[in-house]
Amino acid sequence: MDMPVPDTRILSGKDRIVARLVATLGAGGVIHDPAETRAYECDALTAYKCPPLAVVLPRSTDEVADVLRVCHEEDIPVVPRGAGTSLAGGALPTADAVILGVARMSDVLETDYDNRFIRVQAGRTNLSVSTAVEEAGFFYAPDPSSQLACAIAGNIAMNSGGAHCLKYGVTTNNLLGLTMVLMDGTVVELGGPYLEPAGLDLLGLVCGSEGQLGVVTEATLRILPRPEGARPVLIGFDSNEVAGACVSDIIKAGVLPVAIEFMDRPCIRATEAFAGAGYPDCEALLIVEVEGSAEEIDAQLELICGIARRHDPVELRESRSEEESARIWLGRKSAFGAMGQINDYMCLDGTIPVSQLPHVLKRIGEMSEHFGLAVGNVFHAGDGNMHPLILFDANRPGDLETCEAFGAEILKLCVEVGGCLTGEHGVGIEKRDLMGVQFSAADMKAQMRVKDVFDPKWLLNPAKVFPLDVSAPHRAGAA
Amino acid sequence: MMTPADEAELCAMVAGAQAPLRVVGGGTRSFGKGERLSLSALRGVEVYEPGALTLVARAGTPVVEVEALLAAEGQRLAFEPMDHRSLLGTTGEPTLGGMVAANVSGPRRVQAGACRDALLGVRFVDGRGQVLRNGGRVMKNVTGYDLVKLMAGSRGMLGALTEVSLKVLPGVETAVTLILHGLDDRRAVAAMAAALGSPFEVTGAAHLPARAGGPLTLLRLEGFSDSVCYRAGRLEALLSAFGEIEVEQGDARWADLRDVRLFAGSGRDVWRIVVKATEAPGLVARLPEGARAFYDWGGGLVWAELPAGTDLSALGPFAGHARQVRGSGCGLSAHPPAIAALTAALRAQFDPRGIFICDPA
Repeated sequence: MDMPVPDTRILSGKDRIVARLVATLGAGGVIHDPAETRAYECDALTAYKCPPLAVVLPRSTDEVADVLRVCHEEDIPVVPRGAGTSLAGGALPTADAVILGVARMSDVLETDYDNRFIRVQAGRTNLSVSTAVEEAGFFYAPDPSSQLACAIAGNIAMNSGGAHCLKYGVTTNNLLGLTMVLMDGTVVELGGPYLEPAGLDLLGLVCGSEGQLGVVTEATLRILPRPEGARPVLIGFDSNEVAGACVSDIIKAGVLPVAIEFMDRPCIRATEAFAGAGYPDCEALLIVEVEGSAEEIDAQLELICGIARRHDPVELRESRSEEESARIWLGRKSAFGAMGQINDYMCLDGTIPVSQLPHVLKRIGEMSEHFGLAVGNVFHAGDGNMHPLILFDANRPGDLETCEAFGAEILKLCVEVGGCLTGEHGVGIEKRDLMGVQFSAADMKAQMRVKDVFDPKWLLNPAKVFPLDVSAPHRAGAA
Repeated sequence: MMTPADEAELCAMVAGAQAPLRVVGGGTRSFGKGERLSLSALRGVEVYEPGALTLVARAGTPVVEVEALLAAEGQRLAFEPMDHRSLLGTTGEPTLGGMVAANVSGPRRVQAGACRDALLGVRFVDGRGQVLRNGGRVMKNVTGYDLVKLMAGSRGMLGALTEVSLKVLPGVETAVTLILHGLDDRRAVAAMAAALGSPFEVTGAAHLPARAGGPLTLLRLEGFSDSVCYRAGRLEALLSAFGEIEVEQGDARWADLRDVRLFAGSGRDVWRIVVKATEAPGLVARLPEGARAFYDWGGGLVWAELPAGTDLSALGPFAGHARQVRGSGCGLSAHPPAIAALTAALRAQFDPRGIFICDPA
């Protein structure tokens, strides 16, 4: 993975720069000892590592603005970091970059149940937003699987999703407002505790911009009343085609399940061996969950089971209790852990039109044979967001490279059938060099011009999202 | 008026334009100066997959055509786009492009999201005359910056939309309207907050204060019959402190609310005020003498009708913003300097020659 050559001017000026940062934030807000900066050398994409020049941990919007002004003056790259759970390398530093971590900014600033929003500092974890409003019967809908650890700041940077997007949408659909600091220290407020921002939708533009347009310090999030209940049904099929047709028929019948999850045979076998959830040994397995009162759930599940029966399932198991629900979800929730037991794995994130599911799974199977690496598929079937898990051995020379080549082929296939490279993890560095598969030069140029507006010096997270050769003129200020 | 036959011709017209152009869809909203560039010839649905809840169509496609296509499969545009014609006294045919460019969303916005939330992808021609693409036709897509959201509601100031792809949703078996009588505005907003804060999936919450028969507060429930019946019962119990609830079958009233027909044909100014719902009653109380207003989105959207030329700046600051929809003026509050600067700089990037005319926000 190519990264820009660190700027020797910055590296050799470290002591002076650190002194300025300490003068700004106090000694407690700056980490610069190489033994300690190593804790920030990577995020959850651990294949790539590089300790940063220094780490700053501000406590307020004002402190973020102060520290950004210093870096702006000194022309130092800044890599914003939420909780460091990015699977795409979104928070990977370079040796000449300052990491700006928002972990110390985790307060709830305001909860308002009449207007159904919560305002938090952006370092607050996703799950703790929901727990803050739980007693009043509310929740925050986007639920990435890292929700225990991941921060709202990172969720906004990547426009994170989760398993329940089919009904509740992703981060951008649940974000009402934010406070953001531009690279030059200007503080801007976008949106607010109302349903539509004024003027251009800059809120929507910033959400998913991977920390390249500004540092988000506070967020106003929409909270929703918790449903009365939820229960899943597990459906096993002999073929992926039939499972895909069943998903399509459920949606066409007018039911809107809160989640439709899909697992293929390699994944089912691995999770069964690991978690023993009692899944049938079949080609394809669906978990469909619906919400409402007990009677509403019964009615929806009856409709769904009726549709499933017409597709001749090998297994149809409707949950009747919380215990049964937990058992049905157990395997799905253990899927990544189970695959990790077998080997190292790379988790992909492409999205496809759901009608392409059988074709794509067949092609992935063929590629798996070609590259000689096993793959299991877990899939948010309702919205087409795939998570193929490619197994490899990090200790075997060449395996990582083969795995990456295989992954790239899968993502190209996703684009070819009308989908995209990433559904919820973001581009980061991981998919940076594949952007040209999905976008024309003009499309990328238009996006880079947006960055020119917000961050003319290209100091915020500069080596991400756009292929380095494509962004080079912009990073050099020559565009 | 220029009417390009296809996207390539549109590119050539924009690239060769010597004077500013005003992009129009169906022409259902008011026009200002400048030569009109009509996208009405770019029409037709390209992809509709009911099982995937997605539709891709050219920007000039009439909304009514899409709605009919969806209805045949029992589906719909969940954000319930408003038809401006009765309010503005205009003719023409609302198009997908116009709907997206103005982010037009109706009463169901409060539960199902706005037009921008259903927008999955766009193609557009920028001020340089080049075709740009962003987003796609899948529901989850975080590849690159989200110019899709930027284009939604951009009112033609960044480019001319040529194709949009939308998430659609299942239609419903039944709808009922629950009616509360006689509530003052504050109590009405409190009742709507209680309903919207319940798990019973209220898909519309409106309050009509100024009526001969006394104020009406309306709540809409939709879905499968048994479920709607159950939720109506639960809501009646939940809201018992607000008075007796009348249950009306169907949702006939909601199209009038959506299209603001209450203010059709009066010749007075009409303002659309987006506000924090609980601040709305105070805001309405501060409206000048002679104003009429009603509430949608549980109070989060106020429609106000005022004598022509009324200056609303006396309202003072509030959490939200106002825009004149009918009349001679424009927006109420200017953007803060930093936002105004970002907006101007974005316009300069997408349309460096200033080809696209845009009414002031």
